[in-house]
Amino acid sequence: MGLFDRFKTKKIEGVDDTMYLTLREERRITKENTKIIKEFERQKNRKHVTEAEYLTQMRDPSNVVEFDNLHTYFFTEVGTVKAVNGVSFDIPQGKIVGVVGESGCGKSVTSLSLMQLVQAPQGQIADGSIRYQAGNGKCYDITKMPKDQMLKIRGKEIAMIFQEPMTSLNPVFRIGEQMDEVVLLHVEGATAESAKARSIEMLNLVGIADEEKIYKNYPHELSGGMRQRVMIAMALACDPRLIIADEPTTALDVTIQAQILELLRNVKDKINGSIMLITHDLGVIAEMADNVVVMYAGRIIEQGTVHEIFKEPKHPYTIGLMKSKPGGKLKEDRLYSIKGQVPNPINMPDFCYFCNRCDHAMNICSKEYPNMVKFSPDHLTACHLYYGEGLQEQNQKRMQNNQSEGKE
Amino acid sequence: MAIELMNQNTSTENILEVHNLKKYYPLSKFSIGKRKAYVKAVDDVSFNIRKGTTMGLVGESGCGKTTVGRTILRLHDVTSGKVIFNGMDLSKVSSGQLRKMRPQMQMIFQDPYSSLSPRLPIGEIIGEAVKEHKIVPKSKYRSYILKVMQDCGLQPQYFYRYPHEFSGGQRQRISIARAVALKPKFIICDEPLSALDVSIQAQIINLMKDLQEQYGYTYLFISHDLSVVEYLSDTIGVMYLGSMVEIGKKKKIFSNPMHPYTKALLSAVPKSNPDEKMNRIILEGDIPSPIKPPSGCKFRTRCQYAMPVCAEKAPILKEYEDGHKTACHLYSQD
Repeated sequence: MGLFDRFKTKKIEGVDDTMYLTLREERRITKENTKIIKEFERQKNRKHVTEAEYLTQMRDPSNVVEFDNLHTYFFTEVGTVKAVNGVSFDIPQGKIVGVVGESGCGKSVTSLSLMQLVQAPQGQIADGSIRYQAGNGKCYDITKMPKDQMLKIRGKEIAMIFQEPMTSLNPVFRIGEQMDEVVLLHVEGATAESAKARSIEMLNLVGIADEEKIYKNYPHELSGGMRQRVMIAMALACDPRLIIADEPTTALDVTIQAQILELLRNVKDKINGSIMLITHDLGVIAEMADNVVVMYAGRIIEQGTVHEIFKEPKHPYTIGLMKSKPGGKLKEDRLYSIKGQVPNPINMPDFCYFCNRCDHAMNICSKEYPNMVKFSPDHLTACHLYYGEGLQEQNQKRMQNNQSEGKE
Repeated sequence: MAIELMNQNTSTENILEVHNLKKYYPLSKFSIGKRKAYVKAVDDVSFNIRKGTTMGLVGESGCGKTTVGRTILRLHDVTSGKVIFNGMDLSKVSSGQLRKMRPQMQMIFQDPYSSLSPRLPIGEIIGEAVKEHKIVPKSKYRSYILKVMQDCGLQPQYFYRYPHEFSGGQRQRISIARAVALKPKFIICDEPLSALDVSIQAQIINLMKDLQEQYGYTYLFISHDLSVVEYLSDTIGVMYLGSMVEIGKKKKIFSNPMHPYTKALLSAVPKSNPDEKMNRIILEGDIPSPIKPPSGCKFRTRCQYAMPVCAEKAPILKEYEDGHKTACHLYSQD
């Protein structure tokens, strides 16, 4: 036994060593990343970008936003995290689109990509486009848009309500000052008085009774529900065409959640805008959304109208999510639970990501990533169960089951 | 004689009895010449929990449900009232005795990210208290910890790993293992699921149910999520601003809620059915400040049935059906 043996890390049976990197590997990755990021940043920071470069055409003019094959990657020192990996869906005018998924599935990053707020330099939109129909009738590709142009859209035409009202309001400014800033920045010819009038009008709109007093308060003087109302008021100040609500009710109590959801629904009708509602709560989605997008590990696995998704969910993950929620009219003793957990976002496999958690996993599932299967014009799902080899295998299984039942 | 015996019987069935528990926090330490102001975090709460059952405690944030849990374990001292655990008044026992009783009552905390020491490996986290309280002889220590880990769905190779290497669900399993390792009789679960994803929540709920079946634990389950409480508990207590407004069997509470607050809570839970939209009672405003609670019934400021009497006197918790109690003037005769 050598002198230093006891300082060596113990080799533990069954531990997967592949998740740890050596320093050398880490350095190599960092070096590569620097190169890639530099290129992206150079593209982004070009000066004198003409409008023609980022003008495009909407596929369907009734949409406000179209995500098309969006890829957003994070280049970290342990590898590339494909947070959003080929996401395409539309947000129609005047509709609420709900995006559901577990934490880490890329739903927030999708919305941040739309706002050009992805944490740079390590986070970059690597591929794809986000087409946005602006209020002036033009159609822009947000992924190619220069930063100074984006300023005119962000906060004015696309507004965002963040998850935690506690941390997203500035604690050292009064509510009024923070709200006025939005108007002063975005509305041409706005004066201090007109901004104040607008802010108070907005506070009134979101159901704050004592608006003059709240206008003078600091954020810490308000309750969680009130702060969320202020956030919504702030988002509404410039009559946005699209509101992104990123888990707007997660930090709130059920009774306050009910108030806020009701408010969001009313507000949408008043400003005739669209809402992209991001949440992990299926109940909230069922209540609010017109269209639903279910995401898993950076990809869309199912999308459709709210009725299609909740009445006839197709993907095993969606079905599992619905079943694992307690409080249905279930009589069984145990809750259904999806086994395992979301895979490590680095080095994703090139076959179905849900394969090792799925009850219906077949041979084909660990070979290739499934294509989108269409059930109706809106209802799509990415699963091998419904086409090609997988469908055949499934039918064979069913046949065998029927036969064995027949014999018995 | 017979009546006395029966009373004894019922009291041995109850593992925990809470009588008129009060917990006040003084607002300022120096208050000469002023009337001392208090935050009445828990104001006159009483309930019993029977052995091997689960009691759910629901309410909005700031209603004092966590404080109830913590005062029961005497993590905070009791202002007044009694907490009788296994026939012993916990509010009176000396700290030495309390220490001996600690292994019997454990707590699972809300946030699995901050309740595990980042500097200890998992085996140590789970085993620290086992060593301290000498739950098993030293020779069996390791095999015992491994068995507890296995019960909680943790693989043996995790023994030397650190908390940061685990996901939220796994960490909550570690918290559960830490509580369970002391062979407790009673576990307080303080919102153990609220930091977890839906699919992971289901796994943890199942784990808690399995452990209860296997070892006969008694749970006090504190949560704001009514659907989880419905699934896990046998009795449910609904709290509002420091007092219990309704308590009863799960079935009664869900099929026949009596207090307007319970009704509003139940209707506020979003249903996973797109056809059932918009038929809900929406409470106006926020929960009032516990420093200056409204006079009479505390809920009257948000109650749609508020009557003049509600402002005058506070309703008393009364039994209306078998074990189903509520504190509301709507049902009292006078």
